[in-house]
Amino acid sequence: MIAIVDYGMGNVASVRTAFEQLGYEVEITDSIDRLEAASHIILPGVGSFQAAVQEIQERNLAEPLRKLAQEKPFLGICLGMQLLFDKGYENGVSDGLGLIPGEVTRIETTYILPHIGWNQLQIENDNQAFAAFQEKHVYFVHSFQARTAQKYLVATADYGTQVPGIVQNGHVYGMQFHPEKSGEVGVELLKVFLEETKSDRRQIV
Amino acid sequence: MIAKRIIPCLDVKEGKVVKGTNFVGLRELGDPVEMASNYSKTGADEIIFLDISATNEGRQTMVEIVKQTAEQVFVPFTVGGGVRTIDDVTRLLQAGADKVAMNSAAVNNPQLITEASDRFGAQCVVVAIDAKRVGEKWHVMTHGGTKDTDLDAIEWAKEAEKRGAGEILLTSVDTDGVKDGFDITLTEAVVHAVRIPVIASGGVGKPEHFPEVFKKTDVSAGLAASIFHENTFTVKQVKDVCINQGVNIREA
Repeated sequence: MIAIVDYGMGNVASVRTAFEQLGYEVEITDSIDRLEAASHIILPGVGSFQAAVQEIQERNLAEPLRKLAQEKPFLGICLGMQLLFDKGYENGVSDGLGLIPGEVTRIETTYILPHIGWNQLQIENDNQAFAAFQEKHVYFVHSFQARTAQKYLVATADYGTQVPGIVQNGHVYGMQFHPEKSGEVGVELLKVFLEETKSDRRQIV
Repeated sequence: MIAKRIIPCLDVKEGKVVKGTNFVGLRELGDPVEMASNYSKTGADEIIFLDISATNEGRQTMVEIVKQTAEQVFVPFTVGGGVRTIDDVTRLLQAGADKVAMNSAAVNNPQLITEASDRFGAQCVVVAIDAKRVGEKWHVMTHGGTKDTDLDAIEWAKEAEKRGAGEILLTSVDTDGVKDGFDITLTEAVVHAVRIPVIASGGVGKPEHFPEVFKKTDVSAGLAASIFHENTFTVKQVKDVCINQGVNIREA
């Protein structure tokens, strides 16, 4: 069973359907027991970093999520990806989950914000698992971006500046765009996450 | 860079996709969720539903359609028509719409734009403008393009941006239904007046009209209804024409 963490940040109907179409049972839950019973943890999210951190704290989910990320494949989507990092600077400074080293700050570009629309992925570090997605379009909606070391980048997008699209630390993955809104390519990306974390159980550093 | 978007628009009345907004010759075309799903699978970059229901039951049905679409459609979608209050906006976003479009209500009460944008973010607030040429200017029209508000369309677009709109859905009342291409002059004027994305609407009769507007203006997206619904052309055909003409498009 795949667990989608329910913490009141956005509609997750299409995330659920996407995983169901890939043949998985899906639960949307904030119960620690159910999260522990899951094979994979999906952390979605739409809204501000600070509001999300607050919602997670109110549900006492921060520590359980950190622990779960050590134990099983974990995917953060959009704001959920930003929460994987150490710190966020949206509406003040708040602590993220610290699963991938780095920070989340406003995108610095001459283009208009939010970065919204279909943008192309550039595969980084010669990543083989995601090589087929070079120049594929995925759907982004965000104004803040992760700043992290090159080695954690799987894919980026060009928006007048380099914007991390997919990040990875062991079996912890993050996607800044919405795979569940990115058509067939998005569903294929979720499939690669599931396959990669099946065969590859590298521990996070 | 961000790809230009091709957007099919579905007019929904009492739960069914219909052709035309007039009572005369109104024809049911099918189920909105099914049609949206098919368009998303064949390359649509986004779907727009315009609810033209005349009844409260019809509008309630729209919320159900939005819920089902959120479950089954893997591209972003916008809902407009009959959005009058912040509660309407909230209801549609909570049901799973990615964006909400407001038209007459925003003209009557511009504060609605501000309120929606402050609460949910500019990215989900679309202001729809129906513009008609009057002398050297364009006026904002309401009531399906029949009522002249005397508002200057360019000024109104700027005002909408200032108030927090994330996008402008711009329909030319002059070219709508004529099938001779988008209103390039109007589109160009609005695109230059604002820094937010503009969707051009009204006038598509063949695939070539899309690359034309993308090359002659910096518009972000083009919208069409009848050429897709009547199976005259598929989204893929439109995209192939755009790609052949060098427009940055997400491949269908």
